[in-house]
Amino acid sequence: MSRRRLLTNIAGWGFALPAILGFLFFNIVPMALSAYYSLCDYNVISKSVFTGFKNYVNLFNGSDPTFWASVKATIKYTVLAVPANLIFSFMIAILLNRPMMGRAFFRSLFYLPSIVPSVANSFVWLLLMNPDFGLFNAILRFLGLPESNWIWGEKTVIPSIVFMGIWGTGATQVIFLAGLQNIPRVYYEALEIDGGNAWHKLWYVTIPMISPTMFYNLVMGIIGALQVFNASYIMTNGGPNNASLFYVYNLWRQAFTYMDMGKASAMAWVLFVSILLLTLFVFRTSKKWVYYEGGDE
Amino acid sequence: MALKTKKRTSYIIRRILFYSFIILLSLVCIIPFYWMVRSSFMKSTQIYVIDPFVFWPQEMIWENYKDATKFMPFLDYTRNTLLLVVLNIVGTVLTSAMCAYSFSRIKWKGRNLVFMIILSSIMLPGSVTIISQFIMWSNLKLIDTYWPLTLPAFFGGGVTNIFMLRQFFMTIPKEMDESATIDGAGHIRIFLQIIVPLSKSALIVVGLFTFLGCWNDVFGPVMYLNSPQKFTLSLGLLQFRGEYTTKWNLLMAASTLVIAPCVIVYLIGQKYLIEGITLTGLKA
Repeated sequence: MSRRRLLTNIAGWGFALPAILGFLFFNIVPMALSAYYSLCDYNVISKSVFTGFKNYVNLFNGSDPTFWASVKATIKYTVLAVPANLIFSFMIAILLNRPMMGRAFFRSLFYLPSIVPSVANSFVWLLLMNPDFGLFNAILRFLGLPESNWIWGEKTVIPSIVFMGIWGTGATQVIFLAGLQNIPRVYYEALEIDGGNAWHKLWYVTIPMISPTMFYNLVMGIIGALQVFNASYIMTNGGPNNASLFYVYNLWRQAFTYMDMGKASAMAWVLFVSILLLTLFVFRTSKKWVYYEGGDE
Repeated sequence: MALKTKKRTSYIIRRILFYSFIILLSLVCIIPFYWMVRSSFMKSTQIYVIDPFVFWPQEMIWENYKDATKFMPFLDYTRNTLLLVVLNIVGTVLTSAMCAYSFSRIKWKGRNLVFMIILSSIMLPGSVTIISQFIMWSNLKLIDTYWPLTLPAFFGGGVTNIFMLRQFFMTIPKEMDESATIDGAGHIRIFLQIIVPLSKSALIVVGLFTFLGCWNDVFGPVMYLNSPQKFTLSLGLLQFRGEYTTKWNLLMAASTLVIAPCVIVYLIGQKYLIEGITLTGLKA
């Protein structure tokens, strides 16, 4: 009997070994190393020199203005993109959850933009947003609206990237859709008997019942938005005038353009702790607005 | 009677409005694709016009595609990308299924604790570990090789995949393993002969996600590859940026070529993909 237990334990650890080793090699060890490098001067080529908290102090005392510029750009992006993506994908999910002809077709169609490689996608958007011969300004002219400089304008670059990001929210839509399909029909039927209209259904059934899904998408959305990278790397190089110098892109530049691994590691840890605190904060507030059916809270 | 017809008419109007709205949204959704393909067949003089409301090329310039492939060695880059894709799919599907099997069907001591700890790394921002990972690979003298881009796939293939497969494996009735155990089958046989064949659709989802993720990856190749002959399609396409941004038609033709395989794979597998996300509530 105990021999069998032993064999089971060996099999269990054995089958799970790749994930356990992967977790150690690609998560724990790099985290520990970057904590150490963040306390050093290190450029990969020469040996690292321990400098204590110098890297952190230099980040916060404003000796490098790009740090605060990138914090500002990232917060601005997150504040705009997270609600925009949530609202938009929730609306699409509600639409796609209604009975209609060709529903499977429309679902696949709305997911399609999310699978497009980001380099190719960015090139298409560079053409669409081109101020001189792009489609978007042509539409604005046609509607008699003022033209925009899109990603080439200091004020418009972040809203443009947010706008572009809405196309890539397919996965969020599908998660909302799955949440909507899990709402028992009886709740809507009960409301109908009481004379509730479509608005009541949305407000008193759909929104409370979808709140756990909303919460999940919110947390993942914030974590993703704070790490936005591709748009500034491929399209804007952080410009114009550092207006889209997103945090992770700045971190990347410190590491791979200026070879300042110490500073980049310090930035990575600041980001990690910020994400952790923010996630904890969202979890705390969730007790107030997330409704778990059959839960204690 | 009149009331009934009136109700019926208002229903039909509502339906027409609904379908018009959703068709309009669909058009907005595919406009970028359409614009890309339309521009890829145009003469560049036709793109550089102040009024771009031209929805069809004057004449189809198929040459653009030939010229686009001259700017970058498309075949080589496709071969490189496919090599990475295949290795990543093999590693991910194999090891994530193994780990998911352990976490769902073997009752070992400490299993749930280990699983929770590993699952928590979903919350760990990837950008926090990239720098030390880069330093680790560079200490191993493996920069500019495919090792950093393939080996990690063989270590569990990502937590989301393990989680998804675990959820799926748990729906397979326990009796199946029990009767196999009585017949004297060990875990390796149960895994290969019972679990894997019954989980084909879930394994296909993992393979599809891996294909798309690997095909679309820029971060990894940009960081680890230096020699142009080792580049992937995405990385090769990125090189177009600086030099040829004036030749929009060629740029769009190259983009179409890079996107096309993704769209084809998606169209074949989309049924599984959307089921996969629905199953776990997780996105890759």
